[in-house]
Amino acid sequence: MTSWRVEVTPDCIASGVCLALAGDDFALGDDGRTHPLREVTEEREAVLDAAASCPMEAILLTDATTGEPVDF
Amino acid sequence: MPESLTYPFPPAESIFHPSPTLSALQKSEPIARFSTADGRTGWVVTRYQDVRTVLVDPRFSRAEASNPELNLPDTGLGQATTGSILGLDPPEHTRLRRLVAGAFTARRVEALRPRAAEIVGELIDALTALPQPVDLVEHFSLPLPVQVICELLGVPAEDRHVFHGWSDAVLGDVTTDPARIAGAFAALDAYFRKLIAAKREQPADDLMTALIEARDERDRLSEDELVRLCQTVLVAGHETTANMINMFLLTLHENPEQLNRLLTQPETIPQAVEELMRFVQLGEGSGLVRVTTEEVELAGVRIPAGSAVVPLMTVANRDPQLFDDPDTLDVTRSAGAHLGFGAGVHHCLGAQLARMELQEALRGLLARLPGLRVDVPVAELRFKNGMIVRSLHELPVRW
Repeated sequence: MTSWRVEVTPDCIASGVCLALAGDDFALGDDGRTHPLREVTEEREAVLDAAASCPMEAILLTDATTGEPVDF
Repeated sequence: MPESLTYPFPPAESIFHPSPTLSALQKSEPIARFSTADGRTGWVVTRYQDVRTVLVDPRFSRAEASNPELNLPDTGLGQATTGSILGLDPPEHTRLRRLVAGAFTARRVEALRPRAAEIVGELIDALTALPQPVDLVEHFSLPLPVQVICELLGVPAEDRHVFHGWSDAVLGDVTTDPARIAGAFAALDAYFRKLIAAKREQPADDLMTALIEARDERDRLSEDELVRLCQTVLVAGHETTANMINMFLLTLHENPEQLNRLLTQPETIPQAVEELMRFVQLGEGSGLVRVTTEEVELAGVRIPAGSAVVPLMTVANRDPQLFDDPDTLDVTRSAGAHLGFGAGVHHCLGAQLARMELQEALRGLLARLPGLRVDVPVAELRFKNGMIVRSLHELPVRW
């Protein structure tokens, strides 16, 4: 199973789309932005859905081993 | 304690502020029961954090709002969203949203900005050639978002006079005229089936063509879903923005010192748009009811499974816990956390597009027509009856 590195860029507007789709993987911080709960995670459909649905394209997924961006 | 809160909720006394009854709930009873004349009941939520929870937490379902076995109160759009993306939960919702999300990202929207600015310029050129007063609805606030969404989706904008009436009707309050709403849905359905057939013959570089490809080549959505998605994008893509432009102008004219600030510092328009999104009461807020899929404890109140829950974003946007002096318009405030576009999986698909259009509309109007003023007293403005958004028949202006 592939591991992904998950990053949320400062473009985040806290739309809450990812929180609703992948509440086990993201949380709202005190700074009003969303953050990944784990920097590296096993590949998961919910995280992919969240990244693909983010209106700001603020969720970056890369292969934790190769550093290649994950397609969605 | 307002034991007898009934739906429809007590109306606002001013178009600029929420109903005092609903505002008072934020303090006295933030999770309150309500009932309808036919004895059905639900819950209304008014505090910012609780409203956000209802919008984001998957235990509050949109799909269950269409479940006829639950005997839910008819509120706002009622079952009119059944079968549309607005009436689905994940994973069905996610499948459809992913098909359209790419067309509305911040990056794609930025690429459309020059075209939107150009449309703004053309509309102002045309309206300044007319004798005053000019109806801003007919000549600016409606044609701008119609032109933008039509070009994006691939609908002929000159059909505006054909589809706008249907679009008005489908945003009608279900408690007022259900037959008119059903008729408008049927008309929009037929209109889009014809357009989609033509687009299959003659594909173009637009969202409708992309969705047709997703259906015909990748089987990602059904024909009915395709038709309904196009309808939803068209209706949601212009009614709200058009009326937001009207409400922005009315609100700024009610707050002349704030308007002056924008006239002298137009570079602050993007920040002002967020504050106006927070402040403006586009509707009285009974739009999209959620239904609990299990018993949920919200702010210490146990809400049983299968309950209708109405999150009031327009009231939550005035929560003093989050916004100091919330009933004052302050365009210098950082209001980005507002719930004007909702939150969670149904966070407005077109939020970035709406922001961009509202920024360009204000930029153009303030730069070209700094003396713009509304030509009738607020009390004499004519709003369309029975719609879930405040929609003006006309907005006569001079400059």
